[in-house]
Amino acid sequence: MTPPGSIVIVGASAAGLSTAEALRRLGYEGRLTLLDAEPHQPYDRPPLSKQVLAGAWEPARAQLRGQTQLDALGAEFAQGEPAVALDAAERSVTTASGRVLRADAVVIATGLTPCRLPGQDGPAGVHVLRGLDDALTLRAHLTAARRLVVVGEGVLGTEVAATARTMGLDVTLAGMGGTLLGAQLGEVIGGELARKHAERGVRLRLGVTVDELTGADGRVTGVRLATGELLPADAVVVAVGARPATGWLAGSGLRLGDGVECDSRCRAAEGVYAVGDVASWEHEGYGRRLRLENRTNATEQAQVVAANLLGADRPYTPIPYFWTDQYDVKIQAHGLPSPAAELSVAEGDPAEQRFAALYREDGRVTGVLGWNMPKQARLLRQQALAN
Amino acid sequence: MKITVDEDKCCGAGNCVLIAPEVFDQRDEDGIVVLLRSEPGAEERAAVLEAAAVCPAAAIEVHEEA
Ligand SMILES: Cc1cc2nc3c(=O)[nH]c(=O)nc-3n(C[C@H](O)[C@H](O)[C@H](O)COP(=O)(O)OP(=O)(O)OC[C@H]3O[C@@H](n4cnc5c(N)ncnc54)[C@H](O)[C@@H]3O)c2cc1C
Repeated sequence: MTPPGSIVIVGASAAGLSTAEALRRLGYEGRLTLLDAEPHQPYDRPPLSKQVLAGAWEPARAQLRGQTQLDALGAEFAQGEPAVALDAAERSVTTASGRVLRADAVVIATGLTPCRLPGQDGPAGVHVLRGLDDALTLRAHLTAARRLVVVGEGVLGTEVAATARTMGLDVTLAGMGGTLLGAQLGEVIGGELARKHAERGVRLRLGVTVDELTGADGRVTGVRLATGELLPADAVVVAVGARPATGWLAGSGLRLGDGVECDSRCRAAEGVYAVGDVASWEHEGYGRRLRLENRTNATEQAQVVAANLLGADRPYTPIPYFWTDQYDVKIQAHGLPSPAAELSVAEGDPAEQRFAALYREDGRVTGVLGWNMPKQARLLRQQALAN
Repeated sequence: MKITVDEDKCCGAGNCVLIAPEVFDQRDEDGIVVLLRSEPGAEERAAVLEAAAVCPAAAIEVHEEA
């Protein structure tokens, strides 16, 4: 196969930029264009709910690469230029400003769009957190606010609660799940994390649904739960999940399910690939379709997409991995730690807030968790998980 | 090539160790990256570049001689 002469990458964040870099590293010399809806230089998202929200880092510190490295890519960056349509058969991308970019190959790396609650867009003071602008707006508000309610007990909600609490806010977290991160890490670890938040003074309302956001004079005043309880707030963060950003792909001819549906090579159509949070693909190791929303997946999948763009025929079969940092706890999760699995401590001691544990299903190890034991968790992963 | 790591950015994933164990390690106590060799030889080049590319915290920089 002759390598494509031109490649357009839509979305210039972790996955899109990594794909561009990997293409160059693998010797691709053709034209490379990266579009992004946001006006910023490519930046990293994990610090947004941690160091950037806390004010420990200037936003510039979250930039993925320096200007010299970006220049060295020899790519055209079009920032503040959202794609509004794709014709997959023609491999042409239309942007909001009316530009039409035709290329031999197109890479879709548009990530996610946060879900919202009904009525959320009315009162001021209600936030979502996905991008740098969101983080800076939220930070500005939190430095002035007193009472924060976080809706959502997933990774983002719990991180925001931890950061805001550390900033000194009065924080209540309300979520539908029975424990924190229950859907991701199960009841035992979820309970451990819930204790940590409670110890630090976060009020938890779990297993509850939100009825409405209340407001007065155009500003949010609280969150009403289905139980009738009113949680007063002058700031609210809605962290109830996110959906693949595929709205612009309507009519593209691609299969859109839970994300852009790709084959095991991360190919959505001839000459069209998807990478990162937006991509759903056939994981040959697990024998099922997967879509991951984590940072390591963005860069790992980018390596495979770049290779396949240049003629390789590599299936993408990663061991999933994510981390989250909350207060003094660093959690590392490798594999597929399903809530249904049985958990056993393999090293360390939960009482000392340092341990590594294995998730087992039908006797097989399916996941490894580190709680303030990143290295030991990685070593256990190497012993116990394979693909 | 010369490698620098940013310990403050490092999230302790250990991807670098999985890819280039001759060059990277992690501290036992907190998982932060340890650079075993800051100027590895040509035989490590491909692995080091991949480790830097995959690092989920963008904490590894590789400086290639011109
Ligand atoms: C606050 C926060 C904290 C996180 N913390 C962690 C963590 O601790 N650990 C972890 O493993 N993961 C974490 N993640 C997840 C991780 O950041 C994502 O998995 C990663 O950013 C995915 O990269 P991506 O490039 O696929 O998508 P994104 O980073 O979302 O990038 C998509 C890009 O596409 C652009 N785009 C969207 N639509 C269009 C369009 N129509 N045209 C042009 N451009 C478009 C967007 O502007 C964006 O720049 C966190 C995420 C967030 C938001």
